[in-house]
Amino acid sequence: MIEVKNLDKSFGDKQILHGINTVFEKGKVNMVIGQSGQGKSVLTKCIVGLHEPDEGGEILYGGNNFTKMNRKERMLIRQEIGMLFQGSALFDSMTVEQNIMFPLTMFTKMSKKEKLDRVNFCLDRVNLEGRNGLYPAECSGGMQKRIAIARAIAMNPKYLFCDEPNSGLDPKTAIVIDNLIREITYEFDITTVVITHDMNSVIEIGDNIMFIHQGRNWWSGNRKTILTTDNQEIIDFVYASDFMKEIRSSMQEKRK
Amino acid sequence: MLKALQNIGKYMHMLWIVFSRPEKWAVFRERLFHEIHFIGINSIPIVALMSVFMGGVIALQTASNMTSPWLPEYTIGYITRSSTILEFSPTMISLILAGKVGSNVASEIGTMKTTEQIDALEVMGVNSLTFLVLPKILGAVFFFPVLIIFSMGLSLIGGWLSLVLSELASTETYVVGIRSFFVPSNIVYALSKTVVFAFLIVSISSYYGYYTKGGALDVGKSATKAVVTASIAILIANFLLTQMFLL
Repeated sequence: MIEVKNLDKSFGDKQILHGINTVFEKGKVNMVIGQSGQGKSVLTKCIVGLHEPDEGGEILYGGNNFTKMNRKERMLIRQEIGMLFQGSALFDSMTVEQNIMFPLTMFTKMSKKEKLDRVNFCLDRVNLEGRNGLYPAECSGGMQKRIAIARAIAMNPKYLFCDEPNSGLDPKTAIVIDNLIREITYEFDITTVVITHDMNSVIEIGDNIMFIHQGRNWWSGNRKTILTTDNQEIIDFVYASDFMKEIRSSMQEKRK
Repeated sequence: MLKALQNIGKYMHMLWIVFSRPEKWAVFRERLFHEIHFIGINSIPIVALMSVFMGGVIALQTASNMTSPWLPEYTIGYITRSSTILEFSPTMISLILAGKVGSNVASEIGTMKTTEQIDALEVMGVNSLTFLVLPKILGAVFFFPVLIIFSMGLSLIGGWLSLVLSELASTETYVVGIRSFFVPSNIVYALSKTVVFAFLIVSISSYYGYYTKGGALDVGKSATKAVVTASIAILIANFLLTQMFLL
């Protein structure tokens, strides 16, 4: 479980996040949604320690206060974190196998065979068995995302962060990635946080949903309540297109 | 001025983190050898080419400007050796390497920064500065002196070739010249300078690469800034070290 308490974040004079309070539950897919530029990625980067929150904010991993830890203590927590970046962030000088093996080489005492078995297990889990020798540049966008997921789960993480996992993917591949994230979350009982503005993903896999608007935790709920809420900002976000507005009207008529 | 001071402070802070204990020595050793190959061995062709021509031109210039009959012919070899060892090999070659290695390091790290690969390292719990920059700095500090010794030798060969081919001096007098009044500590001085230059080139380039913000265009800008700043740093350091060692 990850707890976020009174999290503010400013860059110079510009305050991006305002007093965010939330809990990301274990074994659930926790979605953070909102329009572009509302602070979703900044929130994630604060949670994983890539940005320092402003004074007073706290992030707790399993009850341990991450914000008060020194660099070495944070490094230990980070070894329990897997992260899927928006652009996959695979090491382009390494093969698929080397990418997935990297955290194992850095932080475990596994033998070469054990590491290779783990790599093959992870590749198998994301349906990319036998692609060990490819370089990231030789893989499609969807494959790169799956390799990044394989690398993220290589160390059996307790926490999985996915920053816009579907960006740049076609709808079919996006569903494959969504299902993979959900399956991995349930299978390994990890705390998953997914940052997205893709409503398909939200409805498909979102157990808990947090809506960020103007840098604030504007609304929290689940995939059922998000469709019936009266919150105007949520309505504007979920039913942004004319097509979705029509669907909403027909849903309301049915209810009557 | 304030920005320059901020940059220096940030650079010092970066160095403080760079010289932390690596997470795993076996991985560090592997990366060190990789960097020695990438930064050092890959630079041998350009160093060789530059050195041969540099030595050739120094010898030709010296020979063609020696108009006084009072100066013995072996002076050509003597001047070629002295200028090569004291300045041309350590400083000129380091400036060339600032261009080749500096732009390479800055663009490699800059690209990793803009494509979130450095963030990925940090999130995994890897100290990205120690992992990426320390092997580069140590690789350069260990291997640049080898390159400079190699350059000194090739410059002297270049000087000999140019004199023999242009028939401006004989092999015997040239050899006498390069062996005359030899001060071994000059080699130590040259190699000490090289170590400082190697450190400056790689650390400054890494700094510009690591703090790149934006996209591909900004990576290019960082690489340019890295080369310019490293070159200026070499010139200033050369002046200060010459003052310190020779005067």
